[in-house]
Amino acid sequence: MADTVKIATRESYGNALKALAEKHDDFIVLDADLAAATKTGIFKKAFPERFYDCGIAEQNMVSIAAGVATTGKKVFCSSFAMFAAGRAFEQVRNSIGYPHLHVVIGATHAGISVGEDGATHQCNEDLALMSVIPGMTVINPADDYEAKAAVFAAYEHDGPVYIRFGRLATPVLFDDSYKFEIGKGVEMKDGNDITIIATGLMVNEALTAADALKADGINARVINISTIKPIDKDIIIKAAKETGAIVTAEEHSVIGGLGSAVTDVVCESCPVPVKKIGVEDRFGYSGPAKDLLVKFGLCAENIAKVTKELYNNK
Amino acid sequence: MKADAKKELEIIACKVRMGVIESVHAAKSGHPGGSLSSSDILTYLYFNKLNVDPKNPDMPERDRFVLSKGHIAPGLYSVLAQKGFFPVEDLKTLRHIGSFLQGHPDKKGTPGVDMSSGSLGQGISCAVGMALSAKHFGNNYNVYALLGDGECEEGQVWEAAMFAANKKLDNLVAIVDFNGLQIDGTLDEVNSPAPLDEKFKAFGWNVITIDGHNFDEIDEAFNKASSKNGKPTAIIAKTVKGKGVSFMENQVGWHGSAPNDEQYEIAMQELNAALAKLQ
Repeated sequence: MADTVKIATRESYGNALKALAEKHDDFIVLDADLAAATKTGIFKKAFPERFYDCGIAEQNMVSIAAGVATTGKKVFCSSFAMFAAGRAFEQVRNSIGYPHLHVVIGATHAGISVGEDGATHQCNEDLALMSVIPGMTVINPADDYEAKAAVFAAYEHDGPVYIRFGRLATPVLFDDSYKFEIGKGVEMKDGNDITIIATGLMVNEALTAADALKADGINARVINISTIKPIDKDIIIKAAKETGAIVTAEEHSVIGGLGSAVTDVVCESCPVPVKKIGVEDRFGYSGPAKDLLVKFGLCAENIAKVTKELYNNK
Repeated sequence: MKADAKKELEIIACKVRMGVIESVHAAKSGHPGGSLSSSDILTYLYFNKLNVDPKNPDMPERDRFVLSKGHIAPGLYSVLAQKGFFPVEDLKTLRHIGSFLQGHPDKKGTPGVDMSSGSLGQGISCAVGMALSAKHFGNNYNVYALLGDGECEEGQVWEAAMFAANKKLDNLVAIVDFNGLQIDGTLDEVNSPAPLDEKFKAFGWNVITIDGHNFDEIDEAFNKASSKNGKPTAIIAKTVKGKGVSFMENQVGWHGSAPNDEQYEIAMQELNAALAKLQ
């Protein structure tokens, strides 16, 4: 696929903010000295008077965003996932979550694909941290199109929203025919032998894995779940009933992310075997993003291998 | 400040203190010490300063108040009740299951509460966000936040202070209830944030130090804070923890404990006597 267009979803985020600002003047954007990296810099360049840099003080930024939201204005705030969801967790919980304020947290550089910066910056825990806050909507877009759509949807949404964006350029999977909706999963590939449910950059890997499995005579269904919370129970239960086994794939800890959410639904409503692919209970380390993803089994080859094993033991 | 206006505030402050004792006694828990040290400041704000309307608590152009030291919710609730946001009688439901008066302020449930608070250091940042919003979107309201002196040990307070000065938020006033005591002891025994006046000055704020129980000084400080000069203002209000109830004054033990029935009777007798004297 030499002609595949690749865009990092952080880039999509910056572009979406700019596009949104061209239509609406009732929101501002906050960042914590990372505008060049989170790509809020794209917005800043176009609308400098609507951009506020909070400096290296993420806890303050998150509570400031909450204060802005109490006045009925909309606000996006951004940092790396590690600092937005990790360092400022309690501010997100108490300043934004408890009063259920409409703040959109755009968190970039999530997951192992941060690459060379290593473990301190590779946040594999953000989906878990954000999902556990009552009333929080958690979105992990799969590509450029979905990332932009998520930003527009989050602007219209009522209540707190956490959107996770990546640093690594990944293939564009969707086009204008796709209507993104918060809380709705999407069947990307039909199949009735087994289901692979993926999120974020793992969706493309799952699709590649499904193609490889087809050569082995296994028709794997592929589902993209971008809204981790509230999760699309219907699409998961349907897949469990129709295919009898599920593999989940995420660039996040296997504890508390997509795999856990899918397992909760399956266990309660339609118990079938589930195998979770993600970062095991460990920290990451430095290296090129693509190599790290392979090292951690976050790649099409491993998804195909795990799916085949589960299918054979079904 | 005119003598009759001052006397009126003193009377209301006394009633606010009675509400604190009533509610904390009924709850059998809560934070009377800081509620009592802040009662005069809260009374001044709600009866002499803030543009708020109890009949229209969500009025968009209202001044905002954030109780950054959220644990003194009994003080805030009592002044809101005196102002008419809800019946004084409701104060006795404080901390009870099903009550709209939570242990710490909940903006979703209580009329007149502009921000949920209780986790120290966050309220001042939220107030900064409100002030930023007013500046950016061209609204004229002012924002006030009340902090504890111990609360100023939280690093987030200084992140907020830095930002407010950098963005020239002169529509923001932070008041520090400087009663000198925190849960584990005196400020010095624990980890004193003093000198707060010099710290706020160094962070680029106007600083005014006053006696937090003297309405003339309180009035003068807030009037000064209204003359906007491109800087946020910090009012360091020296207060007495437990002010108005003799056995609670300057006693750290009354930070977060409720009077028993006997202590309640004594406290109410003292406050009733003070009220009778004023009237």
